[in-house]
Amino acid sequence: MAILETQELTYTYSVGTPFEKTAVDHVSLKIEEGEMVGVMGHTGSGKSTLIQHFNGLLRPTSGKVLLDGKDIWEEKEKIRDVRFKVGLVFQYPEYQIFEETVYKDIAFGPKNMGLDDAEIKRRVYETAHDIGLSEELLERSPFELSGGQKRRVAIAGVMAMEPRVLILDEPTAGLDPAGRDKILSHIKSYHERTKNTILIVSHSMEDIAAFADKILVMSKAKLFCYDETVKVFARADEIAQIGLDVPQITKVFGELRRRGLDFGKEVYTVGYARDLLLKQLKERGASRC
Amino acid sequence: MLRDITIGQYFPGDSIIHRLDPRFKIVITLLYIIMLFSGSSYICLAVGAVFTFGAILLSHIPLKMFFKSVKPLIIFLVITAFLNLFLMSTGDVLWEWKFLKITDKGLETSIFMVVRIVLLVMGSSLLTYTTSPITLTDAIERLLSPLKKIKFPVHELAMMMSIALRFIPTLIEETDKIMSAQKARGAEIDTGSFTKRAKNLISILVPLFISAFRRADELATAMECRCYHGGEGRTRLRQLKSAPRDYIALAVTIFFLALVIVLDRIF
Amino acid sequence: MENIIEIKGLHFAYESDDEEKKPVEVLKGIDLDIKQGEFVAVLGHNGCGKSTLAKHLNAILLPTEGTVTVNGINTKDEEKIFDLRQCAGMVFQNPDNQIVSSVVEEDVAFALENLGVPYEEMRRRVDESLKAVGMYEYRLHSPSQLSGGQKQRVAIAGVIAMQPKCIILDEPTAMLDPQGRKEVLATIHRMNREQGITIVLITHYMNEAADCDRVVVMDKGMVVLDDVPEKVFSQVDKLKAIGLDVPQVTELAWELRKAGCDISPEIISEEECVAAIEKLFAE
Repeated sequence: MAILETQELTYTYSVGTPFEKTAVDHVSLKIEEGEMVGVMGHTGSGKSTLIQHFNGLLRPTSGKVLLDGKDIWEEKEKIRDVRFKVGLVFQYPEYQIFEETVYKDIAFGPKNMGLDDAEIKRRVYETAHDIGLSEELLERSPFELSGGQKRRVAIAGVMAMEPRVLILDEPTAGLDPAGRDKILSHIKSYHERTKNTILIVSHSMEDIAAFADKILVMSKAKLFCYDETVKVFARADEIAQIGLDVPQITKVFGELRRRGLDFGKEVYTVGYARDLLLKQLKERGASRC
Repeated sequence: MLRDITIGQYFPGDSIIHRLDPRFKIVITLLYIIMLFSGSSYICLAVGAVFTFGAILLSHIPLKMFFKSVKPLIIFLVITAFLNLFLMSTGDVLWEWKFLKITDKGLETSIFMVVRIVLLVMGSSLLTYTTSPITLTDAIERLLSPLKKIKFPVHELAMMMSIALRFIPTLIEETDKIMSAQKARGAEIDTGSFTKRAKNLISILVPLFISAFRRADELATAMECRCYHGGEGRTRLRQLKSAPRDYIALAVTIFFLALVIVLDRIF
Repeated sequence: MENIIEIKGLHFAYESDDEEKKPVEVLKGIDLDIKQGEFVAVLGHNGCGKSTLAKHLNAILLPTEGTVTVNGINTKDEEKIFDLRQCAGMVFQNPDNQIVSSVVEEDVAFALENLGVPYEEMRRRVDESLKAVGMYEYRLHSPSQLSGGQKQRVAIAGVIAMQPKCIILDEPTAMLDPQGRKEVLATIHRMNREQGITIVLITHYMNEAADCDRVVVMDKGMVVLDDVPEKVFSQVDKLKAIGLDVPQVTELAWELRKAGCDISPEIISEEECVAAIEKLFAE
């Protein structure tokens, strides 16, 4: 069964004023348990509004959001429980850090859940390990840490609630390549350990190509497509048309195809491209290799 | 949502009132307030009302916006009315119950006071409705500039005001974001017990302060890079030029003020 | 061509508040000359000292040791500080924290107001700068109504209005979406091409560095590579070791070369990559 589902989800801002704007327009989709989903769409496409519906921060103007097949707004008083099951990490999450120690800040979510101290401790240590924060950092003030470390503290704060779905809005924005790789690899190993569903919003097609099983593309408030990564990047031309980038390597292979060298449409990582080219060259017995 | 709050309540437009020099508008508003308080009879109030509604008409801003501006003061108005109604003991008694009594004088004064306050609020709203906050700051800076001679930091105050105005929308947006982020971690902000809410408020205020300080620091560097060194020798892109219409408006106001004073003497 | 920026033996250390602690040395001996009209990218991971270097170029920070000269002015010369800052304008990372005024055109005028430029001249320069960055029609808007890319363009206009010889941009695209990034890059390339303004672009995005005249790579407070982009990017191993990326096409060429293919390591654009792969298959 799908863990998250939306049915004809629509959200309109500032209803009845001159600023009225539909940010999400009749979106229906199903996200299966355990998937790693990349979410794309440019600014204003509705992707941020969409993900804030998944944990009940926004209430649909019409349509439904189902978690485990149950409408999350059916019992309005229980909406807080939804937030513990669907964890949302906002953009630049380090700006939400406020406690005196890293430990306390990571423990904020679990504490709000009403867990006992032993359980909170277990979770803090486990998530700190998952996200690559060493134990001696836990007693330090989060404000002394580097930018990349702060970001990981903030992500750990949501992970520690052990949500069944973890949504991250541009977790690598503003980080340098090393910081970006570190965060993505930690998220990946967290995914492998917990088998939880993960959604990552990203502007970087290269990043999405590297981790996502499936890609959700929003464009002009509507769901443009939601499909396996290979199939989405195979539609590179259409994606470029709605103003999004595809990985550089996909562009190169698109151009090669136009020039008569067709290696198929599923090239989107450097490793795959290398293996493919080497295999093809061997088959053709090229002398230059 | 927090974002819907507008600061300054400015309604952009191109009416004659909008186009008046903001320095004159401030002076006129001050004279207007004096006008309302110099008369103590109905006829004076009527003159004030004519002046107010005339100006509102010229501003092309719907009248209901002005009534809206009075709305937050309703409780204050009711209290004023009741105090005047029951505390005035002179005049003919109209109604009496135990120690409470209403006299015709009391009724008259309470109506008079309420109308006066309503006019006052509506008239001063006209200033903020038709002048953008930044222009207003500018005008205040220039009106106060003679105070520089006695070392009063006029420029610095105006700069602070205008930076505050610039950052209000940014900080409101930021508060909104931090609130959502903490709610996503289960913080109860609009629900839950008072102590819990107060505690959770810390989770919003701390990040907000830190961010405000960071912004201030970066802004200071950016200003320095753009050669900011205080008000000395500064020129301005925004030119405030007075036109004949400003003097006419001022003359009309003075005429009304004189009229009120004269009428007050006669009646 | 003449050097607009000359850096000689630059050392810089942050004084610690705690007297017991040693000062932290951030820049450890930098020698760098930049020619008038050049477009230079300074690359490096976070904390390598590239932003500290940028702050030396218009005297926000002063060298602990060594000299920085911009347009013939030593940055330590306090009397010429406004000439210096006018000549070398700065654009910062966070678009929100460098816009001072609530009206776009007034923000662009901010530096000119500080410099006491007369009204007529100021009006003309503000309008020209706004047109140059394509923001003229937004001149009466409030900055809070603009997108990130638009705000950065306003910040650039504010610098251009000073008629600088050089613009230093400290990670101007780090907080922008791809659309905003494109807008800003196109704008600075145009300023370089059309007005001959020297550009020093500090970034950690490799793709942005690929279109520059020259790439300077920094690590641990020192310059480790300084060459044209093709040469710098071909050193994939070295770049990866200091935590930097290379464009995917460069990486592919490098991987293929490692596997024994006869392909140039100096590939930095998609076109070059397509052509090189075609060549491999041509035989």
